[in-house]
Amino acid sequence: MKTLDTERIKKDFPILSRTVRAGKRLVYLDNAATTQKPRSVIEAISGYYSVHNANVHRGFHQLAEESTDILEKARAKTAAFINAGSAEEVVFTRGATESINLAAFSCGKMILKPGDQIMLTVMEHHSNLLPWQQIARETGAELCFIPGREDGELDWPVFQQLLSPKVKILAMTHMSNVLGTINPVKKYIDAAHEVGAKVLIDAAQSLPHFRVDVRDMDCDFLAFSGHKMLGPMGIGVLYAKRSLLDMMPPYQTGGSMIHRVALRDAVWADVPLKFEAGTPNVAGAAGLAAAIDYLEALGMENIFRHEQELMRYLLARLEAIRGVEVVGRARERGGLIAWHMDHVHPHDMAQFADQEGVAIRAGHHCAQPLVVRYGFSALSRASLYLYNDRADADALAEVVEKTARFFHGI
Amino acid sequence: MAFEDLYREVILKHFKKPQNFGPVADEDAAAEDENPTCGDHFKLLVVLAAGRISKIRFDGRGCAISTSSCSMMTERVLGKTVAEARAMISEFLGMVQGKCDPADEHLGDLAVLKSVRDFPVRVKCAALCWQALSKALDKLA
Repeated sequence: MKTLDTERIKKDFPILSRTVRAGKRLVYLDNAATTQKPRSVIEAISGYYSVHNANVHRGFHQLAEESTDILEKARAKTAAFINAGSAEEVVFTRGATESINLAAFSCGKMILKPGDQIMLTVMEHHSNLLPWQQIARETGAELCFIPGREDGELDWPVFQQLLSPKVKILAMTHMSNVLGTINPVKKYIDAAHEVGAKVLIDAAQSLPHFRVDVRDMDCDFLAFSGHKMLGPMGIGVLYAKRSLLDMMPPYQTGGSMIHRVALRDAVWADVPLKFEAGTPNVAGAAGLAAAIDYLEALGMENIFRHEQELMRYLLARLEAIRGVEVVGRARERGGLIAWHMDHVHPHDMAQFADQEGVAIRAGHHCAQPLVVRYGFSALSRASLYLYNDRADADALAEVVEKTARFFHGI
Repeated sequence: MAFEDLYREVILKHFKKPQNFGPVADEDAAAEDENPTCGDHFKLLVVLAAGRISKIRFDGRGCAISTSSCSMMTERVLGKTVAEARAMISEFLGMVQGKCDPADEHLGDLAVLKSVRDFPVRVKCAALCWQALSKALDKLA
């Protein structure tokens, strides 16, 4: 265990030295939306285009060899990072959204029949809700939902009542992007497997912040995005068990994903290329590999501990402000905090914060049913990452106090 | 400074105590509009008599900008003819989008919302109720 040296870390992120709104220091607390990028990631992307750029898997020249090598090494590094059984279990996508769509439309269509059930939770991001709504409509399957308790944890007894052999797929988030709740996914996965269901875990909010081991968890699918873990936008991953990937039909078809093509039919390439039609985002994969290197050098355990300590500090500071109500009181929670303040709309809160250089999120956070479930139409949210420090938390707390003074006249 | 121009006393006054605000049953709503990025939602009740807006009331939840805009709008268009209200809608929307600079006396207190043009994401907040009014007039007139 070591303490993160945030002063040194901040220097690795060029954007953190810029100013906003007429000379204010940038206090970036919108990491659940996207994280900033260290110099090493930016250089991996520009280095790829400056030195290696070529299409992959089909060229016979040296650049094509190098480019293919960069893509496949990034795949192997990603597989090792999540402890996948092999690199072939890592499918590159545009992001978690595409990963979930791929799983839903390829595996969902393959296994779902009318009357089957797809089980979700009330705390899903729209990206792990809407693909399943679509696939339910197409296949005649039904959706059912694990409810949330008042404290922001899932209702395990109700889940046990809902679970039956009719449930063919369970798709749930590892960590809520609104409540911060870290769901104990392992026990849900084990229970779902007992009735024969396949399980997809949305790790977009969890994997950037703590160690995720797909073999220990035993999930069938895991989806995440590169840009929420220091990597570039436009690259993401669908992990899936090899046995499933072998059975699943392609999600998109075209170049790269074939073995042999005739005018009237085609033979698909082996996994994972079967699921990667078209020219892949090699620069994105190079950036993702650099991001994993950066995270591993700091240590996921150290990152998690740092965020936990800072989250508790910020929680205490926010709760000391009159009128602030933190939404989500789960025992296990990650480094993000959503709150409501009486008589202050989150839009106005975010505008006041922005004026002081503090970047937070306001709105329904692409989880509208969840925000409504807790009785709100919108919430403010601050989300932490490895470069944030107490000065950042203090800057937020001060602007929340200032906003309260303006609207409440105290 | 644009920010201080925007969050002025008059905005706060209308946000804390909106005018012509009260419950509107779904079946009475002439129009509604929402901001999909934040979930803000307004319903508008509009009654026309002899070509004039004889009654207007709004219901819903929004931020200080959208609520005050709606409150001031209802005060401003009450009693106006449909043509006058339509002219005001295009003048106001043009102002917040930075396309025109109407004389202050045309819009009264609403002129303070001119500063939202410096905050692109907030233009939608200020415009929300005006778009709803436009829809309501299309339906009723």
